[in-house]
Amino acid sequence: MTPIKNLIKSVVIGLALVSLAACKSSSDAETEVTDAGSMGSTSSESTSSAAQASGAGTSGRLSAEQIQAENALRQTVFYFDFDIAEFRGADRETLMYHARDLSANPSKRLRLEGHADERGTREYNLALGERRANSILNYLIVNGASRSQIEVVSYGEERPAMTGQSESVYNRNRRVEVVAR
Amino acid sequence: MNLNRTLPLLFVISVLMSFSVRAELSIQITQGIDNPIPIAVVPFSWEGSGVLDEDIGEIVTADLQQVGEFRALSPSNMLALPREEREVYYRDWSVLAQDYLLVGKVQRSPGSELIQVQYEFFDINREIKLAGEVLTGTTSQLRDIGHEISNVVFELVTGTRGAFTTQILYIVSEFVSPEVSYFRLEKADYDGRRAQVLLESREPIMSPSWSPNGQDIAYVSFETDLPRIYTQNIATGQRRQITNFPNINSSPVWSPDGTKLAMVLSKDGSPDIYVQDLLSNELIRITDHPAIDTEPAWSRDGRSLVFMSDRTGQPQIYQMEIGASTYDVERLTYDCFHCAKGQFLPDGVNLVHVRRETRQSPEYQISIMNVETLRVITLTSTKFDESPSVAPNGSMIMYATKFNGRGVLDAVSIDGRVKFRLPSSRGDVREPAWSPYLN
Repeated sequence: MTPIKNLIKSVVIGLALVSLAACKSSSDAETEVTDAGSMGSTSSESTSSAAQASGAGTSGRLSAEQIQAENALRQTVFYFDFDIAEFRGADRETLMYHARDLSANPSKRLRLEGHADERGTREYNLALGERRANSILNYLIVNGASRSQIEVVSYGEERPAMTGQSESVYNRNRRVEVVAR
Repeated sequence: MNLNRTLPLLFVISVLMSFSVRAELSIQITQGIDNPIPIAVVPFSWEGSGVLDEDIGEIVTADLQQVGEFRALSPSNMLALPREEREVYYRDWSVLAQDYLLVGKVQRSPGSELIQVQYEFFDINREIKLAGEVLTGTTSQLRDIGHEISNVVFELVTGTRGAFTTQILYIVSEFVSPEVSYFRLEKADYDGRRAQVLLESREPIMSPSWSPNGQDIAYVSFETDLPRIYTQNIATGQRRQITNFPNINSSPVWSPDGTKLAMVLSKDGSPDIYVQDLLSNELIRITDHPAIDTEPAWSRDGRSLVFMSDRTGQPQIYQMEIGASTYDVERLTYDCFHCAKGQFLPDGVNLVHVRRETRQSPEYQISIMNVETLRVITLTSTKFDESPSVAPNGSMIMYATKFNGRGVLDAVSIDGRVKFRLPSSRGDVREPAWSPYLN
C-alpha cells in the first residue's frame, strides 16, 4: 500500500470521526446510534471510491476537500428535532456542500421533500414539513443555489419512513429528503 | 337492589355475545351510558322463500344501541314475538319494563323482485301506536330501510332528527415500504358498512370534505407529485382539479351555501387561508401572516372562518370574519399547549377541537370548549385522537385514533358518555368526514 493511500484512509477515517462527534452533540440517544451506524457505512464506501480514484487519476491524489464534498453529497436525509423547523447545526457544513454543488452545476435539479412525525394534526404537519424543507431551501439559496433548481414539496405525516409510535420511529420520520430530479 | 346491579352486567354480556356470533358486524360499543331507554325490537318476520341478506331488526337494534340512548331487549327474553299491531299485548312488554316496542314484517312485493318492509312502533306506557308504515325497496336497499326506521324511532323518542341514513368519507392507507404505499378515499354508511372506493392512488390523499348537499366531495391528492385540490361528483365520478398554485394546496372545505371552497395555500411563502368562488374562480385571501395558518372551518352562517395558527409559537385556534382586516383576528383558545382542528357545533358556542394540554402530556384528545364560559370538556381518553367530524344532528363526533398501532375510526357522543368503534379489515383508517343529511 502506498503512503498516499494510507494518508487518504486516515483522512477519511478522521472525517468520519469528526462527523460522528457532530452527531453525538446534536440529539438524543436514539438518533446517535443509528446516525453513527449510517456514517460508518458512508465512510467505508468513500474509502474504496477514493482508493479507486487515486489509482486511476493522473495526479493520484484527491484533496481532503474533494473527499469531504463527496461524503457530504451522499447525505440526502436530514433529521429534525420535535416541533422544530430549523435544520440541525451539525448539518450546516453538509448542506453547504450541497449548495456549492448546485451552484457549480446549474443544470442540476433537486426536490426537497419535507416530512413530520404523526403527532399533531395532519394539516399542521403538512405545513410543518414545508417549513422544514424551506429552512433547507433558504440555506441552499443563500449559499449559491438558484431557486429554479429546487422544488419543495411537503408530505406532512403522510409518507413515514417507518411506522410505529415510538420516539425512535418519530425521530426517523421528522426529516427532509433531498431527491435528485 | 340485587336486580338493579345484575341488569347492566346482563346487558354487557348480551352485547358481547351478539358480537361474537356476528363476526362481520363492524360496530363495537366501547362505552355505554347508565340509564338507557329500554326498547324491544322484535325480530322482523320474513314471509318469503330463501334467506334475506339483511336482518332489519338487527340493523335497527345496532343503530339505536350505538348512539347510547337505548338498551335493546334480547329476543330470547321476549314473552311473545308479534309481527303486527293485532298481535301486540302491551302487558307482555310492561312486565319486562320496556318503554317502547318495534315490530315488523318483511315480504316480497306481489309480482316483483321488490321487498316490502312493514313496521309499527308503540309507546308501552301510554299504550299507543306512535308510527307505522310500509317501505319498499330492492334487496340491496334493506340496510337503507333499516336505517330509515331507526331515524323514525330515534326522532319520536328523543325529539332529535336521526342521522342513521348518513354516510362518511375517510382515507385508508396501506404502508408497504417507505417508497410504496397505497391510499384510498372511501365512502361508507355512517356505521362503516357498504364501503366503496371513490379514489385509489399510490400518492397520498388527504382532507376529504362534503359539499352541503352531499352530492360532491373535495379532497387533496398528490397524484401529480404535488398536493392539489380536486372535487368529485359522487354519482358520476366526474373530477375537477380546482387548484394548481405553487407549494401547499390543502384543506378544502365547502361553504354552507355550497358556492365557495375555503382552502390553504402557501403560494406567497407561508400557509394562509383563502376562499375560492367555485363559479367565478375568484380567490380571496383571508389571513396574511408569516406563521402557519391552516385547518379552516366555516361558521354556520358562512360569515366567518375558524382556523388554526401557530403565530404565537404553538398551534391555537382563531376566528375571523370574511372580508375583515387581516389584523382583526379573534383568538379562541389560550389554555392548551396545542389546540387545533377547531369547528363549531350547530349551537355556534361550543367549539370541537383537538387538544394537547401541556408540553409534558403528549396526548392529543377530542375536546369541546364553550367559548362563552371557557369551560372545556375532554371527550376521549386515548392518545392519538384527531380529525373530529360532527354528525349533522350534532349528537356524535367521529374521529381518528390508534388501536393496537393501527389507525381506526371511533365515535363519541357529544356528552362523552357513549363511544363506538368502526374497525377496518386492513390498513390505517383516518380523516373521517361525516356527511350532511342526505335525504
